[in-house]
Amino acid sequence: MKLSIERASLLKAVAQAQSVVERRNTIPILANVLIEAEGDAATFRATDLDIEVVDRAPAQVERAGSTTVSAVTLNEIVRKLPDGALVTLTDDGASGRLTIEAGRSNFNLATLPKEDFPVMASSDYVTNFSAPAPVLRRLFDKSKFAISTEETRYYLNGVYMHVADSEGGQVLRCVATDGHRLARIDADLPDGASGMAGVIVPRKTVGELRKLLDDDDMQIAVSVSETKVRFATPAITLTSKVIDGTFPDYTRVIPQGNTRKMEVDATDFAKAVDRVATVSSERSRAVKLQLSEDRLVLSVNAPDSGAAEEEIAVAYNDEQLEIGFNAKYLLEIASQVDRENAVFMFNGSGDPALMREGNDTSAVYVVMPMRV
Amino acid sequence: MPRAAYLGPMQALCRDCLTAFETGARCPACRSPRVTRHPELFELTIAHMDCDAFYASVEKRDNPALADKPVIIGGGRRGVVSTACYVARIKGVRSAMPMFQALKLCPDAVIVRPRFDAYVEASRAIRQMMDELTPVVEPLSLDEAFMDLTGTARLHGAPPAVMLARLIKRMKDELGLTGSIGLSHNKFLAKVASDLDKPRGFSIIGKAETTAFLRPKPVRLIWGIGPAAQESLDAAGIRTFDDLLRWDRRDLHDRFGGMGERLWHLARGEDARRVSAHTPVKGLSNETTFSEDTNDPDILDGHLWRMAEKVSGRAKAKDKAGRVVTLKLKTGDFKLISKRQSLRSPTQMADTIYRTARALFDQVGDRGPYRLLGVGISELTTADAADTSGDLLDPDAGRRAEAERAADRIRAKFGETAIMKGRALR
Repeated sequence: MKLSIERASLLKAVAQAQSVVERRNTIPILANVLIEAEGDAATFRATDLDIEVVDRAPAQVERAGSTTVSAVTLNEIVRKLPDGALVTLTDDGASGRLTIEAGRSNFNLATLPKEDFPVMASSDYVTNFSAPAPVLRRLFDKSKFAISTEETRYYLNGVYMHVADSEGGQVLRCVATDGHRLARIDADLPDGASGMAGVIVPRKTVGELRKLLDDDDMQIAVSVSETKVRFATPAITLTSKVIDGTFPDYTRVIPQGNTRKMEVDATDFAKAVDRVATVSSERSRAVKLQLSEDRLVLSVNAPDSGAAEEEIAVAYNDEQLEIGFNAKYLLEIASQVDRENAVFMFNGSGDPALMREGNDTSAVYVVMPMRV
Repeated sequence: MPRAAYLGPMQALCRDCLTAFETGARCPACRSPRVTRHPELFELTIAHMDCDAFYASVEKRDNPALADKPVIIGGGRRGVVSTACYVARIKGVRSAMPMFQALKLCPDAVIVRPRFDAYVEASRAIRQMMDELTPVVEPLSLDEAFMDLTGTARLHGAPPAVMLARLIKRMKDELGLTGSIGLSHNKFLAKVASDLDKPRGFSIIGKAETTAFLRPKPVRLIWGIGPAAQESLDAAGIRTFDDLLRWDRRDLHDRFGGMGERLWHLARGEDARRVSAHTPVKGLSNETTFSEDTNDPDILDGHLWRMAEKVSGRAKAKDKAGRVVTLKLKTGDFKLISKRQSLRSPTQMADTIYRTARALFDQVGDRGPYRLLGVGISELTTADAADTSGDLLDPDAGRRAEAERAADRIRAKFGETAIMKGRALR
């Protein structure tokens, strides 16, 4: 195999490959990226057995062929090469080495046989649709903060992507929760998506997917089967197993009867929460919200380290209410608001609160209160 | 001990009437033979107090019928000896010995199931007495503690040795419990000393004779040298402190790393660790060895619940809560499995500990039968930060917590067995 490739395209492909490979793995081949050169392109394939990413980059292929080398090392090398360099990769097949040449730099890396590289089995994708990158970006960006890291409830370790019934008809919906907060984000249902079985997209896949979604004009091809999900652009194909579990019935978690409405500028609110939380050294910083007519007092009382209080103007005309929350959770949901005011709907001080942006119900957040 | 090396007068103290004197084998005041003498007696300030057969002594105190019987504290045929009284020790029974073996050595032993509440109470009373001696008390367990009495002589109007003898006397008079004292110039030697003359001992290792004392002693005297470390020391030909003294500091370090450095100092009777009153409790755990290996899900679930309840009970008593729940299992072929799970907010509730441990147990899969099961909490915090946030996906959790608190109140009023969960009976 011999190919020449522009440093920038090589770096992009190899960087993605090395983020997929598992750092601490016991199977050496899984640390490697499979490079295949044919026609006018090179493909770079990496997997951790749960996720597989294939990057296709234009290259001058002098001699077709394939080999595998350490993804992390190759990435480090390419990253350190000067911008604009033309990189030549040569593997003579006999020496067990891949030679990397760029300008006056010359490296050679140990290879492992390509036959050992596990290629993810293809799946019977029953649902195929296409969605604009910004739509998927919004669905996942706004929900991923609520993904659980708790291994015992593994079915919460991802974003539940499914088709749901909303007031305006069917929507494509992403839900994530860790039992303390929940995010429910809706988007218009793309053509061909109806009838899709719900899948739990694992946390790591959500992270990798994000790299496909930067280009506003890109259309992403989404394919879903019972066990796998695939996101593809012309250059990159990301295939992932989905979490084999049942996502809990989140609909009963979303409070319907919360009537006490507070409207607040999300940025002001977040800044005030952040300020008062400073005095607490606890990992789960509790902020107390005291609501009275058009007035919100935020306070933190940490007996060991100090106390803080701040008053901000809000729109509220219901009974007085005192309710506590984890400061981090409040900051996270407040930061999801980007256009209008944040609207909080409360019930009692022990009941979950709901937050949305203005009157837009296409993004809804639920937070569990804390005893303060 | 090479007494010839001693210079100066031999200070002596009667441990019965606390009279200090210089000459004579018996106390000149009360004629008691319980006399401690040492040239440095009134200069040393670091002490280790170790109760004698603590659990057994508490049992004998509370049930005088047991007084002259061999008593073993422990549970079940398959359990291990937790404590053996001195009568049973004469027959060769030792703590941590399997119960069947202990019974072979001492067939007429009375086996008593541990009553931790009683031990905790006795321990607290002793702790209170130690606190009156010095603010620097570092408990190692319920029945032993280090004390640093440096600078307390003026406050008490008596040197540390007198105050320690008084402590032991008070323990005996007021609590009916006996203990042994080791007095020296650092923690390592104080701990070694307390074990020299048990029970009711009062031993001293002075600065002058430290190395001479240690030289012929085996290195396993060092607290923390277990079988594994013992093996690697054996391999290096180190059996006694004398062997250790022959090693170069660098060689010890190269061979044993950080432990080598420590060994070099200990060989010279040096131990720079301070007695620290604030060694935080790292975690609370309870475990049980079954009377026979089991794979029965109901039985295991019952044990899980009871262990969770015990841990929770101790956490509540200490006003502590844990951020991490751990599960420990030992299979029939002695493989140890341990798992941990962090919680969003620290807990002291039996229900949360149980549910988390249960989820960990389910993760382990089918690897039984098991011989041991343990549940614990760690990364402790104070109770006021505990159980502050509910679970969206488990709306009943709040009600279960209320039920648990109500049950706790009932138990506080009417006793431990006043109200129990059905699964505690499995």
